[in-house]
Amino acid sequence: MFESLSDKLSGIFDKLTRRGALSEADVAEALREVRRALLDADVALDVARAFSEKAQERAVGANIVKSISPGQMVIKIVNDVLVETLGETAEPISLDANPPVAIMMVGLQGAGKTTTTAKIAKRLKEREKKRVLMASLDVKRPAAQEQLAVLGRQVGVDTLPIMGGQTPVQIARRAMESARKEGYDVVLLDTAGRTHIDEPLMQEMVDIKSYASPHEILLVADALTGQDAVNLAKNFDQRVGVTGIVLTRMDGDGRGGAALSMRFVTGKPIKLIATGEKMDALDEFSPKRIADRILGMGDIVALVEKA
Amino acid sequence: FRSSQALRKGLAELFTKKKLDALTLEELEDVLIRADLGVGAASRIADAVGKLRVEKGIEPDEVRKILAAEVERVLEPVARPLEIDESKRPFVVLVVGVNGSGKTTTIAKLTAKWRGEGKSVILAAGDTFRAAAVEQLKHWGAKLDAEVVSGKEGADAAGLAFDAIQRARAQEADLLLMDTAGRLQNRAELMAELEKIVRVMKKADPEAPHATLLVLDATVGQNALQQVEIFGKTAGVTGLAMTKLDGTARGGILVAIAEKYGLPIHFVGVGETAEDLEPFAARDFARAIAGLEDDEEPTVKGTDA
Ligand SMILES: Nc1nc2c(ncn2[C@@H]2O[C@H](COP(=O)(O)OP(=O)(O)OP(=O)(O)O)[C@@H](O)[C@H]2O)c(=O)[nH]1
Ligand SMILES: Nc1nc2c(ncn2[C@@H]2O[C@H](COP(=O)(O)OP(=O)(O)OP(=O)(O)O)[C@@H](O)[C@H]2O)c(=O)[nH]1
Ligand SMILES: [Mg+2]
Ligand SMILES: [Mg+2]
Repeated sequence: MFESLSDKLSGIFDKLTRRGALSEADVAEALREVRRALLDADVALDVARAFSEKAQERAVGANIVKSISPGQMVIKIVNDVLVETLGETAEPISLDANPPVAIMMVGLQGAGKTTTTAKIAKRLKEREKKRVLMASLDVKRPAAQEQLAVLGRQVGVDTLPIMGGQTPVQIARRAMESARKEGYDVVLLDTAGRTHIDEPLMQEMVDIKSYASPHEILLVADALTGQDAVNLAKNFDQRVGVTGIVLTRMDGDGRGGAALSMRFVTGKPIKLIATGEKMDALDEFSPKRIADRILGMGDIVALVEKA
Repeated sequence: FRSSQALRKGLAELFTKKKLDALTLEELEDVLIRADLGVGAASRIADAVGKLRVEKGIEPDEVRKILAAEVERVLEPVARPLEIDESKRPFVVLVVGVNGSGKTTTIAKLTAKWRGEGKSVILAAGDTFRAAAVEQLKHWGAKLDAEVVSGKEGADAAGLAFDAIQRARAQEADLLLMDTAGRLQNRAELMAELEKIVRVMKKADPEAPHATLLVLDATVGQNALQQVEIFGKTAGVTGLAMTKLDGTARGGILVAIAEKYGLPIHFVGVGETAEDLEPFAARDFARAIAGLEDDEEPTVKGTDA
């Protein structure tokens, strides 16, 4: 039923008998299939186009080694460009600032901000031996603050005591003041989910930023996101200047094209990936793994690498 | 005579109408792909538009209207309300979906709607897993005047389903809405748990659940097809709701889902309050996909009839 990209590409290249350098025409036809594979993986349309142009430049004129087929060669080239674009080296969360270092989490509703906040807190506490305080600035979603408090108890990290009637900005200020007074190293600020066209809420986010001056602003986004990934990433980044992206629900069977879309339009690094609901389901970002998922061609890439 | 007139008209149309050019069709396909229809559904619809003859010199907005009409044709048959059979008391609605898609909030919206119609509603807090999930539902229950049946955190959701049906029956409630924990459809053990919820429900009432609503997030792309496939198989989904259409995502995957599964689409969510629920309207949805959401009808502002 599902014809893989490599089947399609060998179909195209089988028609060609010549060997040697890949011609522009061969590559153009192959790249059309690559573009379609990217779209099937939820890469945003404009990103898929721009990306295939980039790959095309690299592929034209490439020399074909005897032991591999032109189709395999193109896949390997596309994969390499994909890995490069996604950002070859992992960039960890930076705590390189005067304590208390504020980290702010932003994103659409239900993306996984609160869960990820607790996971990061756990990690910083256990791996970096930091004293961490978490605060929920979500006065909107029912039981959002309780949710963070429960998670805080689960991972053994303090949460700012809940006080009714405060605005998110007031809570942010209270969090920073307690952290200073009580000697916390890191303050994680979980915010309410917001759609990026909700102007009052976007402005609120900007206000929180200007009070707390976070050292990191992490955009938390669902790995299953479709074409909207470019819009949301661009908008959040333009408004607050995101410093990194966390992709959640990587434990799903989505192809994860949103990773490429968001990285492409913002240029901001994907810092972490979340792979489940449990508190230790948080991994370093690996461009190779995501490239494999988007193209679904890990075997062929490995084969070419050996040739 | 009549037929020759028809023929003459046909010939005349041949000279004033043409097919859209390839470039325009490609642009239309792009509009659809950007709305998350996926390449397959997008090209099928663009092809259908390509077969039509249009006036020479047609305006771009008119082209979009034709596009919207084609999308509407696919969606029209699945735009169906969720009908409650009043002979079933309680009428049990099971709500399922992946994490964070909007299940609990949609339950709140449905509660507001049905309470508003004078029905009595009981809620079952079947998400015994996520932190403060029960509190979230209880907040809505208190606000909307619906009793919430809940167990301890970590309790068995299937057992709770059974108890909730008994409770709703004892209370002679019209409706029982069961919330469940979010789960990704590729997690076999979690899907097995969902299967168990359905199985145990049937022990309390062989016909329950009377409706199983799958809640899809409009922001999600092609994976939604997979969600419909697997949740459909496991939980016997009878209809869909799509949330978060107040953002910029268009939710066009519903077109591909309609083509492939033909499942009824009941509701759309357009915000976070209990009032932000609308019936699914094929025409409005199709127009939004085609980028026509604004200035719907010719404006008649200031000309009260
Ligand atoms: N499978 C899976 N579920 C996740 C992951 N991250 C979060 N979740 C689940 O997704 C749902 C939403 O997570 P939250 O952390 O509440 O999301 P949020 O962004 O804080 O939501 P709002 O505050 O309502 O905007 C919950 O059911 C989480 O358990 C992940 O990586 N994988
Ligand atoms: N903008 C918008 N937000 C929504 C809509 N429906 C739900 N939400 C928000 O999305 C987030 C997740 O909603 P929930 O109802 O908790 O989702 P859920 O599916 O029950 O999540 P889990 O139980 O964690 O799997 C919350 O912040 C809701 O307020 C909608 O139609 N529009
Ligand atoms: Mg939250
Ligand atoms: Mg829920």
